[in-house]
Amino acid sequence: MSNPTDLKYTASHEWVKEEADGSITIGITDHAQELLGDMVFVEAPAAGRKLNAGEECAVVESVKAAADVYAPVAGEVTAANADLDNAPEAINNEPYAAWIFKMKPDNAADVAALMDAAAYQAHVDSEAH
Amino acid sequence: MTLKTTPLNAAHRAMGAKMVDFGGWDMPVNYGSQIDEHHQVRNDVGMFDVCHMRVVDAKGEGVRAFLRYLLANNADKITIPGKALYSAMLRPEGGVIDDLIIYFMTEQWFRIVVNAGTADKDIAWMKEQAAVHAPNLTITSRDDLAMVAIQGPNARAKVWQVLPQTKAATENLVNFQAADCGEYFIARTGYTGEDGFEVMLPKEKVEAFWYDLNNAGVKPIGLGARDTLRLEAGMNLYGQDMDETVGPLESGLAWTVDLKSERDFIGKAALLANPPSKKLVGLLLLDRGVLRGHQKVVTPHGDGEITSGTFSPTLEKSIALARVPKDVQTGDTVQVVIRDKMLAAQVVKYPFARNGKGLI
Repeated sequence: MSNPTDLKYTASHEWVKEEADGSITIGITDHAQELLGDMVFVEAPAAGRKLNAGEECAVVESVKAAADVYAPVAGEVTAANADLDNAPEAINNEPYAAWIFKMKPDNAADVAALMDAAAYQAHVDSEAH
Repeated sequence: MTLKTTPLNAAHRAMGAKMVDFGGWDMPVNYGSQIDEHHQVRNDVGMFDVCHMRVVDAKGEGVRAFLRYLLANNADKITIPGKALYSAMLRPEGGVIDDLIIYFMTEQWFRIVVNAGTADKDIAWMKEQAAVHAPNLTITSRDDLAMVAIQGPNARAKVWQVLPQTKAATENLVNFQAADCGEYFIARTGYTGEDGFEVMLPKEKVEAFWYDLNNAGVKPIGLGARDTLRLEAGMNLYGQDMDETVGPLESGLAWTVDLKSERDFIGKAALLANPPSKKLVGLLLLDRGVLRGHQKVVTPHGDGEITSGTFSPTLEKSIALARVPKDVQTGDTVQVVIRDKMLAAQVVKYPFARNGKGLI
């Protein structure tokens, strides 16, 4: 699966979608779910929580391992995806639709500074070697 | 460091395996969905590359007497040819060197199958003990042999389809019994809690055997599902659930240790002198989350630790084996520390699942 070009990406394998209202939606990339394997548990941050950029704020667990999810930018959590409580495998099936949480960024410029799809792919390729 | 490979390495890659470093071996962790592979074995049949495990032959006059002394379980329990016995091999101080299976073939030949990561250490220990107690025995590492496990309710039928010449010799095998069929040594054993065979054969034949099984409809299963299957079946993993620092009585292996008979064995005196203060129990997570090895278990009788934990595909809940103070009882609720939270888990009898069904 190729990485959608309308999304932004982090080095820690989150994707970030910029919404029309200035909020952002966050999930993990296809590469990340592929590395983790069958997803069985997701713990998303509570709405209202303030996050620093790079702060651990969610956990995704596959049969194999637990992995932290990091805040891509500083801001406040506005929503968590409760559908993942009963269907964590949605992350495997549709990684770019199965969002984990939404945030209101402190600075829109922080979002603009994240990697684009090509830069993220180069990052993934560099990690493989 | 170069990873060691089995003769099936190219076959795994051709079948789309995701390969991982497993104790220095380049092994398949899955070929797609680990959960699908798990259900495949519980409900039908799957095959595992277990070529990294080591076959050892102990031959010569007095081999039974030697094993009677070497192992914590009593080799005298197996008297029918081909019959197998699971045992721990202990340090004199009582710690577990390895867990292994011995097969009684003749009074001059027992076959032993040991774990991959401990094989060299095990063989060195066996030879060291044999030099003192049974100098006439030969202990041979069968590096010329490969091993494939075919597991699941339809496993035996698939093996007979691929190796029809072995059917007559193997169709009457009871659980934990093997037959020597010339090039193929076929044992009704496994590490999944399902029926099936473990087949030992010459290394140069194993790739063709693997593809023949695949062509007969047997899917390859990775180490990921192997771990969830064995944990559901309540089987220990060496290096995780026990090692040289703990004894068998604290590792859920009391049923394999014979302390009542007159027989002396390596480690017996230490076990008698040090009654266990802990025991291995099953845990079922009541809250949402996943139990993992090394998480702390808090009980009214003191703290314990999870030795193996995972998500059980059969139960669709998280399960674990945990070493806890001996006064913890089945049915108790304990707390497991997961990240910054205390989650409730119930102490349960294991196995958690076998023969296609959940048991909790």
